[in-house]
Amino acid sequence: MNHPVQINGQPSTNEVSHGNHREKIRINNLHAFYGESHILHGIDMTVNQGELVTLLGRNGSGRSTTLKAIMNMVGERSGQIVINGHETMDMPAHKIAHLGMGFCPEERGIFSSLNVEENLMLPPNVRSDGVSVEEIYDMFPNLYERRTSQGTRLSGGEQQMLALARILRTGANILLLDEITEGLAPVIVQKLGEVLSQLKERGLTILLVEQNFRFAAPIADRHYVMEHGHIVEEVLAHELDAKTELLNTYLGV
Amino acid sequence: MASLFDINLFALFGQLLVGLINGSFYALLSLGLAIIFGLLKIINFAQGAMYMLGAFVALLALKFMGVNYWFALILVPLTVGLVGVLMERFLIRPIANEDHLYSLLLTFGLALIIQGSFTHMFGSSGLSYAVPEALKGGTKLPFMYLPNYRAWIIIVSVIVCAGTWWMIEKTNLGAYLRAGTENPQLMQAFGINVPLIVTLTFGFGVALAGFAGVMAAPVYSVSPDMGSNILIVVFAIVVIGGMGSIGGAIITGLGMGVVEGLTKYFYPEASNTVIFLVMVIVLLLKPAGLFGKEA
Repeated sequence: MNHPVQINGQPSTNEVSHGNHREKIRINNLHAFYGESHILHGIDMTVNQGELVTLLGRNGSGRSTTLKAIMNMVGERSGQIVINGHETMDMPAHKIAHLGMGFCPEERGIFSSLNVEENLMLPPNVRSDGVSVEEIYDMFPNLYERRTSQGTRLSGGEQQMLALARILRTGANILLLDEITEGLAPVIVQKLGEVLSQLKERGLTILLVEQNFRFAAPIADRHYVMEHGHIVEEVLAHELDAKTELLNTYLGV
Repeated sequence: MASLFDINLFALFGQLLVGLINGSFYALLSLGLAIIFGLLKIINFAQGAMYMLGAFVALLALKFMGVNYWFALILVPLTVGLVGVLMERFLIRPIANEDHLYSLLLTFGLALIIQGSFTHMFGSSGLSYAVPEALKGGTKLPFMYLPNYRAWIIIVSVIVCAGTWWMIEKTNLGAYLRAGTENPQLMQAFGINVPLIVTLTFGFGVALAGFAGVMAAPVYSVSPDMGSNILIVVFAIVVIGGMGSIGGAIITGLGMGVVEGLTKYFYPEASNTVIFLVMVIVLLLKPAGLFGKEA
């Protein structure tokens, strides 16, 4: 299955050069806390329009917390998060999606009280030009076949596709994806890789938390490496080969 | 008297009707409890007090403002729902992250305060509320006399329950509710104002009790303890149906009313305990309730 992703009206930017891209996400000195625990210790990062950026690191290094902090889903935060030009630190959590954000949580968050189609239709539109339901079923034919099944009866891979599909439907053009390949069979990982590169071609901005940088390496523009709540390294795509050794050390591969 | 195999059909149908009437109120009240429990995971002990409040608001609005029954059907649920909204916003939300035992105790205390104030103001003897003119009289059926107001209670309750069920199970709003129950944080991240939905849903669940109160005013006596009397039975019904199951609450409510009515005919001594007996049996055989999902 290799259907092209059509996002109506999405300006297809073919600029590849660095420098003048519009910043979609800018984070300055972000700290985050869960109760007493201080999880993020002053994160600085940017994600530009149309970029695919990964957050690499071991479990517990603060990558998922970074995504949740952007969505205002953690207890306490300080610092600055600018999304699409809007300062969001004081914004209630339910307003953030409407800046064009789509969040796909690590546990996938498929609702067991809803069937597949209800899950797909659940998140409200955040922009007007989302991927239509027909196109989604074209991209993921399994979801169409199982559209009346209970959401959590799907296989892990199908659930992951559903979690991704439902935020594409909303028109979100900044995607925060947490460990979408975790525990999935290689053939599904490959399919997800194809989907991501199609989304990137269409100009979507993607921040991807990954354990396995080999999955993201061919499609990512930049990688941030996290450890103990800090960003310890930024690796550009073309530096990847030179820094593989270093990455392996950080990731404990 | 029509009798068949030693069964007094008049008496049997009479009890069956009483059972259906009681069942209608059980269904409305347990539906409200199930919605609130399903969404907030709190057990609203003040649901009975809200039912009583509904009956009193109808009575007082008639007495002091001349609001008739038909307007009361709209006005009372709105008023009681507003009380629920304020209750959720200012009393329950501040302790929402604590153990659910706290909110249970809070609503229990609130119920006692409301009931106590009404007893202080109106005494504990019941007051009466006239059946609306248009629903007076009745219809003679082959085996029974069916008062119009009682038929009205059954029909309206079934419509309101079915409408609520449809709204929760079949609409987008209902999908938000169900999903918001499962994972409120993710729903926020999808751009849905979950705290607002929680407040409005609590208000709606409580408004259902207020609505039941207006419906009940012309048939039961309006007294401060009417809510606490019915609430214990309603809790048993919610347990039988399965905590948080919307359809389960409705069907069990009506069904248990009928079971109670039949018991009154066949073995009157057990009619006050039969629902609790069923509850014990259900808890032993299917702890999640007849319509609840096994954890």
